Amino acid sequence: MDNMTLIAVASIATAGFATSIGCIAPALGEGRAVATALTALAQQPDASATITRTLFVGLAMIESTAIYCFVVSMILIFANPFWNHMIAGAAAAAAK
Amino acid sequence: MRLSPDQLIFWQHGFLKLNATIVFTWGVMLVLAVGAKLITRNLTTEHQRSRWQDLLEIIVTAITTQIGEVGLKNPRKYLSFLGTIFLFVAASALCTVIPGYEPPTASLSTTAALALCVFVAVPLFGIGELGIGGYLKSYVEPTFIMLPFNIISEVSRTLALAVRLFGNMMSGAMIIAILLTITPFIFPIVMTLLGLLTGMVQAYIFSILAAVYIAAATHKPKPAAKSEVVPTA
Repeated sequence: MDNMTLIAVASIATAGFATSIGCIAPALGEGRAVATALTALAQQPDASATITRTLFVGLAMIESTAIYCFVVSMILIFANPFWNHMIAGAAAAAAK
Repeated sequence: MRLSPDQLIFWQHGFLKLNATIVFTWGVMLVLAVGAKLITRNLTTEHQRSRWQDLLEIIVTAITTQIGEVGLKNPRKYLSFLGTIFLFVAASALCTVIPGYEPPTASLSTTAALALCVFVAVPLFGIGELGIGGYLKSYVEPTFIMLPFNIISEVSRTLALAVRLFGNMMSGAMIIAILLTITPFIFPIVMTLLGLLTGMVQAYIFSILAAVYIAAATHKPKPAAKSEVVPTA
């Protein structure tokens, strides 16, 4: 396998694995957070404004780890510096 | 496939570039500023008032209440900063209903700029509230060993703010673009609705997190309470 193929295969595989594996843990964490928030709401309905607001802030913080994985995948697919470097090298070699 | 509105360039002259991010940012700023100016031209406390004034009062009161609930003692002082952040991010998400518009927050430049504003504002408010000595002392708060961790957490919080908003907005725009090539017409509209919802939630999250960081920086640590002997009467 030459360098270009290796880089392409590694980028594609890593992009797929980054999002798929990286979204498992945040999803589990968010499920636990919502479950605990619902229990708290059932026990103290008059604190619902505070509980809801804290729940949303917590969900956003958990979500951001999933977003980090997604951003890495997007960069690997659409703005891949290694691939751009190889393409530029191949274009220069073909132009010579 | 375009990753962000940065890459759509309208006009270029050597180093200066007029790209879609700048155009849409100034568009949203214009809409917000001109709309606010027009509505607040004739502010009145009479019973007969325009509905737009009621709308603005609802928005301002809601934001002030939220800032107060986060734990900031004087919400009006921080209202202009936090309220502007919320209104800008919310408006740039809401305007997605206009065809041909792309939210400027879908570009890492805009979200990084907003996060840098928060990064600068937190020490400013902290020093204004606690004085320079008091604010710097809060960095060594539990023990002196926590100093590097506190500094790192400041920087990483800012980075997380920027990337969170960018990731949410960019993913919304990208999902719609991808779906338009697969199943046009009905499904992209549903995803646009979802994008609107996440846009509003992210606007709220951004401003609430900024408020929480400012509250943490301006929080006066209580002096160690001496235990009092309760006199038994």
